[in-house]
Amino acid sequence: MVTVLLLLLPVAGALLLLPLKGEKAKQFALITALIQLLVTAYAWSGITDYSKVNFLFDASWIPSMGVHFKVGMDGLSFMLVLLTNLLVPFIIASTQSEKFKKASSFYALILLMQSAMLGVFTALDGFAFYIFWELALIPIFFILLIWGGENRVKVTTKFFIYTIAGSIFMLIGLITLYLNAPERSWDIANLYQANLDADTQCMVFWFIFLAFAIKIPIFPFHTWQPSTYTQAPAAGTMVLSGIMLKMGIYSLFRWLLPVAPQAVADYSQLIMILAIVGVIYASWIAMQQRDLKTLLAYSSMAHVGLIAAGAFSGQLIGIQGAMYQMFSHGIIVVGLFIGVDIIERRTNLRDITLLGGIRNTAPWFSAFFLIIVLGSIALPITSGFVGEIMLLLGIFLHNQWMAAVAGVSVILGAVYMLRMYQKAILGPENETNGSFKDLTTSEMLLIVPIVLLILGLGVYPKPILDLTESIATNFLIK
Amino acid sequence: MNMYTIFHQISGNALLLVLIPLLPLIGFFINGIFGKSLSKTLSGAIGTLTVAISFIIALTLFWGLDASFSPFVVNLFEWFSVGTFKVSMGFQYDQLSALMLLIITGVGTLIHLYSSGYMHNDDGFQRFFAYLNLFIFFMLVLVLGSNFLVSFIGWEGVGLCSYLLIGFWFKNPAYNDAAKKAFVMNRIGDLGFLIAVFMIFFQFNSINYIDVMESAKGMASNSPILIAITLLLFVGATGKSAQLPLYTWLPDAMAGPTPVSALIHAATMVTAGIFLVVRSNVLFSLAPYTSEIVAIVGLITALFAASIGLRQNDIKKVLAYSTVSQLGYMFVALGVGAYSTAMFHVTTHAFFKALLFLGSGSVIHAMSGEQDIRFMGGLKKKLPITHITFLIGTLAIAGLPPFAGFFSKDEILAKVFMHNPIMFWALAFTSALTAFYMFRLYFLTFHGNFRGTEKQAHHLHESPLSMTLPLMVLAVASTLGGFLGMPAIMSNYNGFESYLSPIVSPSHGEHPSHMFEYTMMGVSVILLFIIIGYTRNRFATKQVIPVDVSEESGFAKTLANKYWVDEIYDTIIVKPMLFISQKLHQFFELQVIDGAVNGIGRLTNYGSQALRLIQTGNTGMYLIFMVVSIVLILLFNIIS
Repeated sequence: MVTVLLLLLPVAGALLLLPLKGEKAKQFALITALIQLLVTAYAWSGITDYSKVNFLFDASWIPSMGVHFKVGMDGLSFMLVLLTNLLVPFIIASTQSEKFKKASSFYALILLMQSAMLGVFTALDGFAFYIFWELALIPIFFILLIWGGENRVKVTTKFFIYTIAGSIFMLIGLITLYLNAPERSWDIANLYQANLDADTQCMVFWFIFLAFAIKIPIFPFHTWQPSTYTQAPAAGTMVLSGIMLKMGIYSLFRWLLPVAPQAVADYSQLIMILAIVGVIYASWIAMQQRDLKTLLAYSSMAHVGLIAAGAFSGQLIGIQGAMYQMFSHGIIVVGLFIGVDIIERRTNLRDITLLGGIRNTAPWFSAFFLIIVLGSIALPITSGFVGEIMLLLGIFLHNQWMAAVAGVSVILGAVYMLRMYQKAILGPENETNGSFKDLTTSEMLLIVPIVLLILGLGVYPKPILDLTESIATNFLIK
Repeated sequence: MNMYTIFHQISGNALLLVLIPLLPLIGFFINGIFGKSLSKTLSGAIGTLTVAISFIIALTLFWGLDASFSPFVVNLFEWFSVGTFKVSMGFQYDQLSALMLLIITGVGTLIHLYSSGYMHNDDGFQRFFAYLNLFIFFMLVLVLGSNFLVSFIGWEGVGLCSYLLIGFWFKNPAYNDAAKKAFVMNRIGDLGFLIAVFMIFFQFNSINYIDVMESAKGMASNSPILIAITLLLFVGATGKSAQLPLYTWLPDAMAGPTPVSALIHAATMVTAGIFLVVRSNVLFSLAPYTSEIVAIVGLITALFAASIGLRQNDIKKVLAYSTVSQLGYMFVALGVGAYSTAMFHVTTHAFFKALLFLGSGSVIHAMSGEQDIRFMGGLKKKLPITHITFLIGTLAIAGLPPFAGFFSKDEILAKVFMHNPIMFWALAFTSALTAFYMFRLYFLTFHGNFRGTEKQAHHLHESPLSMTLPLMVLAVASTLGGFLGMPAIMSNYNGFESYLSPIVSPSHGEHPSHMFEYTMMGVSVILLFIIIGYTRNRFATKQVIPVDVSEESGFAKTLANKYWVDEIYDTIIVKPMLFISQKLHQFFELQVIDGAVNGIGRLTNYGSQALRLIQTGNTGMYLIFMVVSIVLILLFNIIS
C-alpha cells in the first residue's frame, strides 16, 4: 500500500492546492513534497530485502486484456523513487512563485508529474508502465508551453512530437511482447517470458530502445534536448534532467535488457559505440557554448551517455555504476541548474561571456557552486567520482579501447566546466552584474543539502550502492 | 603469510596516523567556514599549528622506525565495492610514507609560518590558510593511501588545491587561465593513472599496494601488461611532476602566491609522480622497457628545462624551470633503478628548492612586488638573512660539497654512469647549466648596483622573523641534509638507502670505481668554481644586464621564448579543438542531425496533406487523437 500512497499523495496535493494562489500554492506543494519524502523514508526503513519486490499492490484493471494495476518496489525502483522524492522538494523550493502566472497550476503540474514518474519507476505491468510513461509527458508539456522561454512553442512541439514518436514505437514493441507471451497478461513476469524469434526480437529491441534512446538521450537522438533544456523554466529543466531522463535509463534495465537477451547481445556493442561517440561529441560541443543552460545540457548528455554505455557493458561493475550514477547525476545536475537559476535571477543573464566577477561579492555561492561543478567533473570524494570510476571500469572490462576513448571525457569535462566556472564566476568586477548578492538563508537551505549529499555520497556511497547491488548481480545471472 | 598487520580497531598508533591528515582538515574547516570572523593572527596560528602538530605526531611515529619495521595498514571503512572490486579507505604506514609525512608536514609547517608573514596584507588571508591546510590534507592522503584509488583522492585533491591557489587572486583572468591550464594538463595525466588502475585491477584483481606488489613479484620481466601499466602510471607522473610533454603548466603556475610555489610547485606536490613510481617500483623493476623511457624522458626534460632557465628574467620563472629540470633528474634516477637515490633527491630538493622559493618571496616582498631580476641588484646589504640563505640554497642546488644537493646529485650521476655513459655526460652537462643559471640569478639579484626605482630603494627591507626563521631552518637543512645519505666512498653505510631498503628493490649494487668517483667530484667542483667565477665577473662585476625577450637573437631568442612550446600547443591542439567544436555544433549538430530530424518531420507533414483538415494546430486535440488511437490499436488486437 505504501507504493500506492506514494503515487496518490502528490495527486491529492495537486488537487488540493488548485484553489490556492501564489506563494501559498508553493508552500502547499512544498509541504506535500516533504510529506512524500517522509513517507519514502518510512518505506525505506520497512524494506528488508532489496532483491525482492516490496510493498506490492496488485489489482485487476482491465480484465479483458489482462491489465493489472500492479506496482511495487525492488531496490532499483526504490532508488529512483527515493531520487524523485528527494529532488522534488528541492525543485519546488527553488522556484519563485511570483514569477508564474497561475502559480497553482504550475505546482499542481509538478506534483502530477512526480506521481506519473513514480508510476513509471514502480509499474510492474506493461500496460500500466506505458500509461504512466505517457502521463509523465503531459504535465511537462504544459510546463514548457506555458512557462517556457521565447521560443517555447516551436521547441515544445518538437520535443513533444519527438518523444511521442518514440513512445509509439515502444507501444508496438510492448504489444508484440504481450502477444507472444505465454499468457494473456501484461504482467512483467509474463512479458519477460515472451517467446520471440530472432527477427521479432530484433524489432522489439529496436522499437523499445528508440523510445528510451530519445528520452535519455543517446546520440544521435538528442537534438530535442539542448533547446528544450534551454527554453524550459528552471524547474522544468531540473525535472527533465534530474528525474525524467532517468525514466529512460531505468526502463532499459526493467523493460528492455531482460526481454530481448539475444538482441541485447547482438547490438550492445553498437549501442555502446553510439553512446561513447555521444559522450565525446557532447563534451566537445560543450566547450564552445555560451548559454549556461545549453552548456549544461550538453554536459548532461555526455554524462548520461557514459551511463548508457555502462548499462550495456554486460559487466557487473558497469551495471552497478550505471545504477548508482543515475542517482548521483540527478543530484548534481539539479544542483547545477539551481546555481544557474540563482545567477539568472540576479543578473537576468545566462551568457557566460557577459557574466563574471560573481566571486568578488558572493564567496559562499561561488564555493558551493564550485563543489557541485567538481562533482560534475567527477573529482574524488564527490558522488560523481564513485559512479564514473565504476562506469569507466565496467566499460574497460568490456573493451579497453572504448574505456580509453570514453575516458577522454574526464579531460574534456574539466575543460568545459572550468571554462564555464571561470567565465561566469571568476574574474574582475563586472559592471553589467552590479554587485552580485551572496546566498540568502533560504537559498543556503537549498544548496547546502545538495552539496552535503554530493560529498557524503562521495565518501560513503554504500547506502545507495546497497539498494541496487543484488539487482545488478541478479541481472547478470539471468 | 601475514606480511603486515591490519589494525581493525583504532589502536594507539593507528589513531595517531589518522590524526596526521585529520588535523589539517580540521584547520581547513575552521579557516574555511569561520575565516572571516577570525583575526589574521588566530587564523594563521590555527593553520600553522595544525600542520605543526601533525609534524610532531609524524616524528613520534617515525621514532624507532628502521628497516626492520613491517608496514601496517589502517582500514577506516569500506569506501565502495562491487563484486570483487573492493576499495577500502585505508592508510598504509611504512618507510616511504613515513619519509613523505615528515617532508610534507615539516616543510609545510615552515611554509605556513612564512605565509603568516608573507600574506599579512592580503584580504584573502584566511582563505589562503584554508586552501593551504586543505592541500596538506590531500597531500598526506596521497602518500598515506593503502591502495591506488585512495592515493588518487590525494592525487586529484592536490590538483584541485593547486588550481585554487594558482588562481588565488581570482580577479586576474591571466591567473585563472594558468590555474585552469594546470588542472587540465594534470587531468591528461590523471586519465593515464586511472586506466593504469583499471589494468592493475584486471591483472591482479586488487588495487591494494601490498597485494599488487606481492603478486607482481612472480611475473616475468617485460610482459606487455606490465609495460602498459607502468607506461600509463608514468603518463600520470608526467602530468603531476611536470615532465615533457606535460610540463608547461608549471611555469605558468607561478601566478600563485610565492609560498604556494615553494610548497606545492617545488617541495611536495610535484614530487608526487616520483612518489608514485617508487610506490610501484616493483612493477617498474619488472618493466625495463618502461624504465628506459622514464630515464630518457627525465633526461630530455632536465636538459630542456635547464636550457630555458638560462634566459629567463623572472626570478620565479627561473626557479620554476629549475624545478622542472630537477624533477627530470629524479626521473632519470628512477629510470636507472636508483629508487632510493631519487627519494634522496626528493628530500634534499624539498629543502633547497623551498628555501630558494621562499627566498625569492622575501626578495619580491622587499621589492614591492617586482619579479624581474633586471630591475634588482645589490640586495645583499639590505636583505642580509635572505641573501645568505639564498646563497646556501644556490650552493646546494649547484652541488657544492658539503651542501645537500651535492650528495644526492652526485649519487644520481654515479648511478647513471653505471647505466649509460652518454646519459651521464648529458646529465653532467645539465648540472653545469644549472650552476650557470642559478648563479646568474644570484649575482643579478644580490650583487652589483640596485636597478629598481627610487621608491623601491626607499622601501627595501629585510622580511620579518616569521619569514626569515623558515629561511634559516631550511638553510640549515640544505646544508646538513646531504649527510642523511652519504655516498658509499665516504662512509660504509648509506643511511638513506638502507632505511628505504624494505620498500625498494636493492639497486644494482655496482658502484663506479672510487678513483672515478673522486675524479668526478673533483672535476665538478673545479667546474663549479669556474662557473661561479665567470657569472660573478659577468653579472656582478661587469654588470651585464640581460636584454628583453624581444631583443634577443639567434638561439638565445629560442631559449628566451621557451622554444615556443606554448605557442606550438596552442596552434596544433587548442585552436583546432575549438575550431572543430564550433563546426561540430554549427554544422553537424544543427544542420546534419537536427536537419535530418526536422526533415523527417517535414516529410511527414507533406505526406499528410490529405489529413490537413484535422490539423487544427491545437495540441490538446492531438493528445486526444493519441489516446484514441492507442485505444483503437488495443481494441484491434483484442478482437483479432
